[in-house]
Amino acid sequence: MSDPSAEHHDPAVAFESAKLGVWTFLATEVLLFGALFTAYTVFRMKYPELFRAEHAKLDRVLGAANTVVLITSSFTVVLGVDAIRRGKARRLEAYFGATILLAGVFLCVKYVEYAAKFHHGLYPGTNLFFSLYFMMTGLHGIHVLAGMALLSYVVVLSRRGRFSASYHTPVEMSGLYWHFVDLVWIYLFPLLYLIG
Amino acid sequence: METEGVGRMEAEGNGRGYLAERGWRSWAFTLDHKRIGAMYLWTTTVFFLIGGVFALLLRLELLSPQAHYFSNHTYNIFFTLHGSMMIFLFIIPAIPSGLGNFFIPLHLGARDVAFPRLNLASYWVFAAGFLVIIGSLVAPMDTGWTFYTPYSAKTGAAVTTLSLGVFLIGMSSILTGLNFIVTIHKMRAPGMTWHRMPLFLWAMYATSIIQVIATPVVGVTFLLLAAERVLGVGFFDPAKGGDPVLFQHFFWFYSHPVVYVMILPAMGIVSEVIPVFSRKPIFGYKAIAYSSLAIAFMGFLVWGHHMFTSGMSPLANAIFSFLTFFVAVPTAVKVFNWIATLYRGSITFESPMLYALTFIFLFIVGGLTGPFLGAMATNVQLHDTYFVVAHFHYTMMGGTVMGFFAGLHYWFPKMTGKMLNEKVARIAWALVFVGFNVTFFTMFIAGTRGMPRRYAEYLPKFHTENVISTIGSAVLALGILVMCWNFLQGLRKGAPAPSDPWRALTLEWRTASPPDVENFHEIPRVADWPYGYGTPKA
Amino acid sequence: MSHGSTGSRRTYFAVFAALLLLTVVTVLVSYVDLGLLNVVVALLIASVKASLVALFFMHLKGENRLVWGFALVPIFFLALILLGTLTDTMLR
Repeated sequence: MSDPSAEHHDPAVAFESAKLGVWTFLATEVLLFGALFTAYTVFRMKYPELFRAEHAKLDRVLGAANTVVLITSSFTVVLGVDAIRRGKARRLEAYFGATILLAGVFLCVKYVEYAAKFHHGLYPGTNLFFSLYFMMTGLHGIHVLAGMALLSYVVVLSRRGRFSASYHTPVEMSGLYWHFVDLVWIYLFPLLYLIG
Repeated sequence: METEGVGRMEAEGNGRGYLAERGWRSWAFTLDHKRIGAMYLWTTTVFFLIGGVFALLLRLELLSPQAHYFSNHTYNIFFTLHGSMMIFLFIIPAIPSGLGNFFIPLHLGARDVAFPRLNLASYWVFAAGFLVIIGSLVAPMDTGWTFYTPYSAKTGAAVTTLSLGVFLIGMSSILTGLNFIVTIHKMRAPGMTWHRMPLFLWAMYATSIIQVIATPVVGVTFLLLAAERVLGVGFFDPAKGGDPVLFQHFFWFYSHPVVYVMILPAMGIVSEVIPVFSRKPIFGYKAIAYSSLAIAFMGFLVWGHHMFTSGMSPLANAIFSFLTFFVAVPTAVKVFNWIATLYRGSITFESPMLYALTFIFLFIVGGLTGPFLGAMATNVQLHDTYFVVAHFHYTMMGGTVMGFFAGLHYWFPKMTGKMLNEKVARIAWALVFVGFNVTFFTMFIAGTRGMPRRYAEYLPKFHTENVISTIGSAVLALGILVMCWNFLQGLRKGAPAPSDPWRALTLEWRTASPPDVENFHEIPRVADWPYGYGTPKA
Repeated sequence: MSHGSTGSRRTYFAVFAALLLLTVVTVLVSYVDLGLLNVVVALLIASVKASLVALFFMHLKGENRLVWGFALVPIFFLALILLGTLTDTMLR
């Protein structure tokens, strides 16, 4: 079947549509995490001592290191997008490859942290703080995984020569998503590691 | 006075349009919004009928004051299945995903939605969702459709499975809403400005916003409920410092706005049908259009009015009660404008119009019983009585389902290319109208006299009301059966439908019946709003 | 095709440097006990970082009003669910 919406698929409109679609999707993501942030706020205000005591059990340095990793991964994404806007597909692949690698580092660090917590008998359900910690970072971790898959797919498409300076909508869209994943972590890090 | 040029003539030629291709692959992998809409309509209608059977079983049980036919537990399962199927598998997706999918692009003068592949994906996510929900029937739910904690965190029923199912349904709903928002922004035909859009589109736009904003909250709520059961995270468990009322906050942050996901599209349909069968321009176009957005917005401010008796803080009670009354304003704006449209119109009573008028009548009853529940003092008296059951059946069934029936009768010729038997349609309508009122009006009476909902047994003093109500439900069921039979007859051997049987002006009526795959051979140019009825050309 | 082009590699690099710097600052501040002020500072810095990411990395700065609307609307509703819930849980 031929593309039924061909009439409207002048590339500029298609690009604008995709962009609106992604921003709408990100709006739903804000509310998805929003419920968890609400739960966090409610319990944080109800049990300040618990949060103060428990958050000290998290490793601030590892958390900060992971923040740097994720910020850097966002930076490489924006450089990748910039590269393809100039038509440089190989560079895009290199930058996005770096992002995927950094995302892997992030998850490895997360794994080390989780393992250490389990080792000390801290599980989801141990207390409200650690329930929140595991739910929030867990949901975020799933988003990191999804982002890795998405970026890998974009790299594969790029290797097949799909993108150019004039057409690279998926690159920009996956970039927006990845920045959002970074953005969530920017809030999770202080809430969980710094101020508990 | 109306749209000019190419458009008006279009239509013609008919190899059965979008229905021409055959075989299951042509449906399962279709990117055509009309076919996807049709798949939603079939699926949701099946669940409507199943949910209806559960309702009849409930009514059957309530014939006698003692639990007679089923055990209390079975009764609990039945009302849970009735509620959750009707809400999640019928009323939320039916009009938006079914009729919306079919008619949004046609109304816009577009060939399809903005993201056809996403559209197909959202149907299959929906299908995965209902399969999981059916899977959860191995240990059927007995919590009511609201899944309140702490009971839902403890019951032996398959809450975790069901949560996953509802999560998937929600995801499908989000994807559909997202698709519609972008479609309405970006796919309008040349000349189709916001203020020339049919009111159905305004309603669907407002609906989509609610779907996109509210649904993720309930998604995460069900994840937390599942985590509560699997990991014991304790967010809703007082023993661990958690708060069961927090569940209700999250649940109603979604579930209150979502009643407008149910009712707004129906209001959109009524706004289309009323001017066509009054042969008059719609009165107060902008007021109706913007009141849709206002309803969507106000709907987010009042979720707490479901929780007056849950031990919420007095301040929150007062705020939510106060705000609740404001929801009535944009709703009343719509009703007054519809009535003003009818005033001195050349009204004819074809079946779509009958259902649209029924919508207005029943929705006024349902709407006016709302303030009794929105006001705290009376709420405490009426909370969890049959008054509530009657109220939301008047709004949801009397409102949304009647709007849905209006839409089905109105658009049947366009969707199928066949005409319905009008006489049978009117008989069905009469049965539905009488049956509905007999069933549910008596519930107002039983409720004010104090009969609590969700019990298989009741005090003998409520016996008369319950017998009357059960008789009414049988009449209602008969009416719906006749309607279904009429639809099937129409599909099989209805007379061929002309392209514009109701002499309506919105763009879908310029396409052939049924429309071709690409909808319009030439994208129409729009020069005017679609409500210029009663003018010489119309 | 319009990209709402904002930013050169130089801007990106400056933003990146600012993000790293702010991360260091927020970690350092967390070691000083300022009472409630710790929360305020941490959230303030996080919001500045988030704004930088949104404005420059996500190119919100050069976007039209429609996209801005789509970006801001969820924040309003986030505030709504927070406030609505807190009017209950804080005052029960």
